Amino acid sequence: MIRKVPLAAAMLSSLLFGSVAMAQSGRDYITVVGSSTVYPFTTTVAEQFGKAGKFKTPKVESTGTGGGIKLFCGGVGVQHPDIVNASRAIKTAELEACAKAGVAAKDIVEIMIGYDGIVVASSSKGKPYKLTRRDIYLGLAKQIPDPANPSALIPNPNKTWNQVNKALPADKIEVLGPPPTSGTRDAFVEMVMEAGCSTFPWIKSLKEVDESRYKRVCDAMREDGGYVEAGENDNLIVQKLEANPKALGIFGYSFLEENISQLQGATVDGVAPVFDNIASLKYPVSRPLFIYVKKAHVGVIPGIREFIAEYVSDRAMGGEGYLADKGLVPMSAGDLAKVRSSALARIK
Amino acid sequence: MSSRTAADTRLLVEKSLRRRAWAERRFRAYGLGAVLLGVVFVFFLFASIISKGYTAFLQARVTLDIFYDPAAIDPEGTRQAETLAMANYSALVRAALREKFPEIEGNARRRALYALVSSSAAFELQHRVQADPSLLGQRQRLSFLAAANVDQLLKGKIDRRLPEANRVLTDQQIACADKLVNDGQLKLRFNSAFFTGGDSREPEQAGVWGAVVGSMYTLAVTLLLSFPIGVAAAIYLEEFAPRNRWTDLIEVNINNLAAVPSIVFGLLGLAMFLNFFGMPRSAPLVGGFVLTLLTLPTIIIASRAALKAVPPSIREAAFGMGASRLQMVGHHVLPLAMPGILTGTIIGMARALGETAPLLMIGMVAFIVNVPRSLADPATVLPVQIYLWADSSERAFLERTSAAIIVLLAFLIVMNAAAVILRNRFERRW
Repeated sequence: MIRKVPLAAAMLSSLLFGSVAMAQSGRDYITVVGSSTVYPFTTTVAEQFGKAGKFKTPKVESTGTGGGIKLFCGGVGVQHPDIVNASRAIKTAELEACAKAGVAAKDIVEIMIGYDGIVVASSSKGKPYKLTRRDIYLGLAKQIPDPANPSALIPNPNKTWNQVNKALPADKIEVLGPPPTSGTRDAFVEMVMEAGCSTFPWIKSLKEVDESRYKRVCDAMREDGGYVEAGENDNLIVQKLEANPKALGIFGYSFLEENISQLQGATVDGVAPVFDNIASLKYPVSRPLFIYVKKAHVGVIPGIREFIAEYVSDRAMGGEGYLADKGLVPMSAGDLAKVRSSALARIK
Repeated sequence: MSSRTAADTRLLVEKSLRRRAWAERRFRAYGLGAVLLGVVFVFFLFASIISKGYTAFLQARVTLDIFYDPAAIDPEGTRQAETLAMANYSALVRAALREKFPEIEGNARRRALYALVSSSAAFELQHRVQADPSLLGQRQRLSFLAAANVDQLLKGKIDRRLPEANRVLTDQQIACADKLVNDGQLKLRFNSAFFTGGDSREPEQAGVWGAVVGSMYTLAVTLLLSFPIGVAAAIYLEEFAPRNRWTDLIEVNINNLAAVPSIVFGLLGLAMFLNFFGMPRSAPLVGGFVLTLLTLPTIIIASRAALKAVPPSIREAAFGMGASRLQMVGHHVLPLAMPGILTGTIIGMARALGETAPLLMIGMVAFIVNVPRSLADPATVLPVQIYLWADSSERAFLERTSAAIIVLLAFLIVMNAAAVILRNRFERRW
């Protein structure tokens, strides 16, 4: 038994180092990292692209927008990703970090892929909600202006929705939503909480004078049980809403579309969260989604140009494309044509 | 005097007898209650997973009469590989559906009709034609995957009584599906794609085989590395190393490592294997390295305990016969300790099989369609596949998530059963 050990060790080491050496020589598939919101769309394109049979199916990791951009900005070379999914535009600080690692801003191609609506929904067994962004702010913020003395802030006293607005049902405020690490939360705070907060003129004027105080006042969500951080898994929120018809949930539009037999979306500022309203930007809580491509890898990793061509094609991103079936809200045909020609002109 | 104390003692004992008997009965009841509670939880876990997941082992398939129309695929009749690869095969599926439902007209209504069949049908036809171009011009009756929503309808998971706007299928689509069912062209069959395919964004095409292969590669690397290293470390520490401050320090550290949260090993793997050694991301090889770090302490501790359990008389007898220390270990102690070592190894492996957190850091939480062919190919593992499906918006992924959990549980049960069998067959008591 002991005599066989050296032989086994030699076989083992040759096996391991052999495959490492093989892997380092090159990469013949595209690597994508980034946002979990964009993940379902990029994976769908990747699958179609792989099935066409000319190139290998790209590998798509779900790391979150921030984590993905960090990996993407790691540098140029086969060990770094080629494309990053982002549920928000890349930040200046991130571009600077990128440039330091050798990925210059001019070598990063931004491609907008469409819109995503964030919905406030409840079980279809409960009452339909008609909310305004001001209602949502008054219901969910940690501090709100005192109704008796509007220039002072008090901890949020509202326990039921009809205390916020007489027209709303007398149900307890209980909203399930994403935690602060999520891109959906960032977008929700920016588009709903800050907008609702700015309906108070003195807070709105604060934005120019003392922006950090403005952010503190508007961005903080209540922590007394009215707003429940339900984790990154939107399916979990959907299942909790089915079990509790009085609760509301905050998540991406695609989950509302897939679960339309169990859920109903609340109108925000009088606009229902339906496909057409999000596509026309009438629905106030919709945001653009992006992918970023590293130009230095085009031509080194096979298939990047063809992959992008598939992504921006009509059959994928168009009004009746397969991404729309997956819940992406497409841009207008005119915008798509512009995005397509500029993307394909920059990636050669 | 002495008789009085004896009577007192007896009285005292008789008084306490009832109390002690009660205490014992209570303790037994608590113990039984704890076991029952555990059994109830296990029962609920299995019942909920199996009741949600068993439907995924069946899949709706549509049978259609396909006409390999040469005018649609190869109008010039060149039969060149390039033409056959670029042709629009979904047109054949659409034509077959139009033939079946000639009454459906209009673009939107036809699109709704086409959505009944999975998009994989076109690729299946493409593979058939590319393999055998002489099929062109012929007719064939073939069975394709139905779309996930049709599958859910057949499984009774779509409520027909809801208003049309609140359903993922329209009235027209349901009527077409019903007609196909009546004509025997739409049936639930065994879902072989689930066990042979890789991941997919379309629930009806998604399978666990890619994740199973990824798990097997990862575990193979883990086993090949952690077993020899762990056993060698245990033998050295137990049989050869002097007892001093340094070996004590090593022992304390190994015990601490066994309790470190697994994500920490992922961060270590990212820093060491990926950033320093430049190994590929998402590879089962690196996953195996990281899980080796995770399982080594478990294997070392279990192996040391097994070696310790071999009685010293065996060692003394071997020495008495003139054996060297290495011979004593190799010929006598190690074979006797092997059942315990193997049990510890298998339990360590079972833990490694269920890990996701450390793999997140090294990029194995990813969408990978192709079944991995080597240790350096990108791969994912079973628990990661479960996590990714649980996070998908399509409702048909719910049952697939549970089905993947059933597959993972089956793996774990097989591994734990192997541990029990090895222990029972080879264990020796002194």
